[in-house]
Amino acid sequence: MKSKSLVSIDQCSKEDILRILDNAGKFEKNPNRKLLEGKVAATLFFEPSTRTRLSFETAVNRLGGRVIGFSDASTTSSSKGETLKDTILMVSNYVDLIIMRHHLEGAARYASEVTQIPIINAGDGANQHPSQTMLDLYSIRKTQGKLENLTITMVGDLKYGRTVHSLIVGMSHFNPTFHFVAPNELRMPDEQKNFCDQHGLKYEEHTDFTEEIINQTDILYMTRVQRERFTDMEEYERVKNVYILRNDMLKNSRENLRILHPLPRVNEIAYDVDDNPKAYYIQQARNGLFARQAIISEVLGLEVTD
Amino acid sequence: MSEVKNKELQVAALENGTAIDHIPSDKLFKVAALLGLDKEKNQITIGNNFPSSKMGSKGMIKIANKFFAEDEINRIALVAPNVMLNIIKDYQVVEKKTVTLPDELIGLVKCNNPKCITNNEPMLTRFHVINKETGTIKCHYCERKINKEDIVIK
Repeated sequence: MKSKSLVSIDQCSKEDILRILDNAGKFEKNPNRKLLEGKVAATLFFEPSTRTRLSFETAVNRLGGRVIGFSDASTTSSSKGETLKDTILMVSNYVDLIIMRHHLEGAARYASEVTQIPIINAGDGANQHPSQTMLDLYSIRKTQGKLENLTITMVGDLKYGRTVHSLIVGMSHFNPTFHFVAPNELRMPDEQKNFCDQHGLKYEEHTDFTEEIINQTDILYMTRVQRERFTDMEEYERVKNVYILRNDMLKNSRENLRILHPLPRVNEIAYDVDDNPKAYYIQQARNGLFARQAIISEVLGLEVTD
Repeated sequence: MSEVKNKELQVAALENGTAIDHIPSDKLFKVAALLGLDKEKNQITIGNNFPSSKMGSKGMIKIANKFFAEDEINRIALVAPNVMLNIIKDYQVVEKKTVTLPDELIGLVKCNNPKCITNNEPMLTRFHVINKETGTIKCHYCERKINKEDIVIK
């Protein structure tokens, strides 16, 4: 990688991504390895995110390391007005690795510039969340046996959904075909479509979520359509039930189709889908553990053996 | 009276220094601020609303005994990309230069994303110029892209 910190998925080359995914596969076979013995990691969650924090802390623990940190900035000096720089430099005195989540965008990049300790970005506002992308890529490769030449359909909030934006970047090395399914107010922004054009990635945009699209798809990536994203409440009422996946929509889908979702879901995947073997979102979250173990090893330069 | 004579009367000649010509009239004072002329101790002549065949109306700044460094002068490309710099020595124009946006703008532009770390932490902003033609810049931290017309100078 270009830096020993992981701030954004776009700093990873194709080789970086494949190496990290290979290592994640080794951790799946054997998650308990004493690679971090004697080391301490900090989880600094200036913004609460229980799911991500537990996943990272489990990763450190299963690698034999210890964890310090906080899960809510209201109990720390940053609530007294301490700068991020000071907090990061203070914690850098104590630990070998900092895993941080912050509500401000660019916080992780700035932190990586003020300290020599590797930083892993566990989410900075609406900006980047690279470990989510890595676990998405891992889930895709695991369920499809490959990353190349897949058709990926993204559904829901494609405007604000950072996971779908990062997934486009992560997949850009592997010749994907995208379908973007979203209401007009939440369609894929020009910036991401320009990125696809520049990288020669094929995509089609749709406002209707139909079986016809599902039936050509290898990976169905669902996201949440949130009420607060709409300026026009009538539009929200009109579309809120349009982007819901129901089990009967999957009857003619490909055998290898898998359904992913970054979670938490609200109602965009009906509960009758859960028992379909093509539903993969719960296992997807489990893969987050292995992806994060691999990321931690990567930024610390640790070799992962078979 | 001839036209040439008129021009000579409008702006005093410079013995040594820099004359910045073809500044859009509405950007003149922004250019002056970007160059920090409010703290400049050398003699400065500022003129505005001169007729210009190319631009309709233009401004001009002459600063005696002052020669700008590249990065100092390039920052004005943000607001006035087509200015012409005349480097004057002994009453002669010895060099004519245009300005180009640098690859990076540090501490110059405010990020217009209120949730950007640079608006919440005592630190310098940093932008990458991603398109010198259109003047589009991108925040190094929050990755927000800003079009030329939305750029706010600090």
